Amino acid sequence: MKTLEIKHFLAAADLNADEIRKLFDLARAFAPHVRRGETIPLLQGKTVVNLFFENSTRTRISFELATRKLGGNTLNFATSTSSVSKGETLIDTAKNIEAMGPHCLVVRHSSAGSPTILAHTLAVPIVNAGDGFHEHPTQGLLDGFTIEEKLGTIAGKRVVILGDIAHSRVARSNIHILKKLGASVAVCGPPTLLPPKPEILGVDYAYRPEELLREADVVMALRIQLERQNRMQIPSVAEYSRIWGLSRERAKLLKPEAIILHPGPINRGVELDPEVADGPRSVILDQVFNGVITRMAVLASVCVPERLKELEKWMPKSTGGSRG
Amino acid sequence: MADSILLQKGRILDPSQDRKENQDFVGDLLIENGKISAVAKSGQIPTSRAEKIIDAKGCWILPGLIDVHVHFREPGLEYKETIETGTRAAVAGGFTSVACMANTQPVNDAPHVTSFIRERAKQTASCRVFPVGAISKGLKGEELAEIGGMIEEGARAISDDGMAVMNSYLMRKAMDYAKAFNIPVITHSEDLNLVGQGAMNESAFSNALGLRGNPAAAEEIMVARDIALCRLTRCPVHISHVTTELALDHIRRAKDAGLPITTEATPHHLTLTEESVRSYDTNFKMAPPLRGKSDLEAIQKGLADGLIDLIATDHAPHGLIDKAVEYDQAASGIIGLQTAVPLTLKLVTEGKLTLNRWVEAMTLRPAQLLRLPYGTLQPGREADITIIDPDRQWRFTEDTVLSKSRNTPFLNWEFKGQVITTIIAGKISYSAEQ
Repeated sequence: MKTLEIKHFLAAADLNADEIRKLFDLARAFAPHVRRGETIPLLQGKTVVNLFFENSTRTRISFELATRKLGGNTLNFATSTSSVSKGETLIDTAKNIEAMGPHCLVVRHSSAGSPTILAHTLAVPIVNAGDGFHEHPTQGLLDGFTIEEKLGTIAGKRVVILGDIAHSRVARSNIHILKKLGASVAVCGPPTLLPPKPEILGVDYAYRPEELLREADVVMALRIQLERQNRMQIPSVAEYSRIWGLSRERAKLLKPEAIILHPGPINRGVELDPEVADGPRSVILDQVFNGVITRMAVLASVCVPERLKELEKWMPKSTGGSRG
Repeated sequence: MADSILLQKGRILDPSQDRKENQDFVGDLLIENGKISAVAKSGQIPTSRAEKIIDAKGCWILPGLIDVHVHFREPGLEYKETIETGTRAAVAGGFTSVACMANTQPVNDAPHVTSFIRERAKQTASCRVFPVGAISKGLKGEELAEIGGMIEEGARAISDDGMAVMNSYLMRKAMDYAKAFNIPVITHSEDLNLVGQGAMNESAFSNALGLRGNPAAAEEIMVARDIALCRLTRCPVHISHVTTELALDHIRRAKDAGLPITTEATPHHLTLTEESVRSYDTNFKMAPPLRGKSDLEAIQKGLADGLIDLIATDHAPHGLIDKAVEYDQAASGIIGLQTAVPLTLKLVTEGKLTLNRWVEAMTLRPAQLLRLPYGTLQPGREADITIIDPDRQWRFTEDTVLSKSRNTPFLNWEFKGQVITTIIAGKISYSAEQ
């Protein structure tokens, strides 16, 4: 296979369809091995530092596992307070860590653009693990992968993203990935939680879920971040849930084959009814597994692009198909 | 009561009609089963179809009047007004539908309060009552009220009215949020910091009277802000009771730019100027305050040319305890439902306003603002009808006040033009002959 040429992995907006498909192929190749509990030693002798300036559990664990499944070492640097408050700038912190000789920095930060700033400053590859409201490109990747895995293809599918779009890096990364792979994307939520001009995202939009659910092949419910909401945006969780929550009633509007995604963690009973979250349409736990293998694909691509040729021995004979 | 009523030989005025000849003609109107079943030139509808016949000769037959801005004080301040007394005043004033503001106690900021108002209206009201929900919880301007829930319970618009939303971020979010429910945001556009303790319009008069002034700029700033937010959000915004020339200029430009802005004027701002305050009669105290002569003329003209879409009373009952106090301590606002017709009709008589425009401003435009299926005499629609004798003279005395409060500067005024009959869903809700 042709090697990917990605120095940093910063934004889904930077990827083209070909690159996304190659990452999917890689992830698909890793999948059976990971399921069997095997390690694929592409990152042997490499150290990946998870540089998390914002709280995270599942994304950090997912990256950590991805590194380990590739035989690499991980180090976690986590601080919920910004480095500035300790008197050290973001760049100084990162340069210090870079000086210790890691092979990749996985960066999460509450300020949009921080991974990009580091990529401009440091030589070591940077992987964006979520920056402010900007992007969460590995989440977009794993969601796209999951949709393709479940529906066979993304092209021509209608994906409805429901919730707080304005403050969602997940929505932005998904929109880029899904549109590049030919999906038709619509967003829905209270107008207070949609960007001022949703059409600039190149998507359709509606204020009420009922207008979109009947035609959806995929519904992605986003977490209503109660801690992030102020009461000038939605009056109450109860009202949000009543009008925008993916309730059992609303889920009945969906086509029989439609699937439901959620990036987690779920507020049960707020954006997603508990029975819907656990129901047959839900692919939430598949997303979690796919998060590990797609992040393996990203880490391998940025850390050891020269070794990706070795992958052919792990690749299935035909690529691009789905496992169904 | 008769299930079918024939109104005969009245001058039928209905600006909702597309064809000009149908907007103003002498004819008959038949009501059957609560609906308008036929409207025709006189004599074309056989009298045999009607159980009751009303001779409307010399009278005007209008779509039922609609007031988008009243305060009925229930729940919580029933000593000033109740839905029962307020709607009795409404039908006597010719109104068949009213929208009541949210500043009750508790504030109408949640679905259960809206539902209570609707329920009380069902039990006690003489006309249709449409609640206006609050924009913010407790009218505090801090958090959004449960707008979606209130809409589900029958609210038709949102407004914090006199507790103007000073936080522009919240106002922007309210306009955004309202778009999901296809309802207008109604503003009371005054910068409350600039209003301060102002008790009347700031001018040479306020200086002479020794009362703190409330400058026109307080209104003009907020009208400009609310227009800017309308431009940002594209939410339909209705600016209540506009009173200054410059505020009107802002609105004209906004409308020319195609923004979904509408506005209204009150009968008292169309009639009185700040000079009245000379008496220190607290019934001349209102918000926004009575302005100068040039402002009065500007809003009269604005109403005439359609820049001001509609007339609303801002019926604001207050008890003696609120009004029989020092001028600067007194509550703002006056009752207005029973005097709206003669006060504004005077502009028609004086040639300042066409009859068609007046009817439109009292019926069709308010209906459009609140997305109500009324304000028209279209056959098939609910028979909400107001019959007015334009020539009848009468005096507005304390005895004729049906509101629970009597805070009006128009007591003992001699009027020309009186509401004779008010019909709602085909039932006579008010008759002057009773």
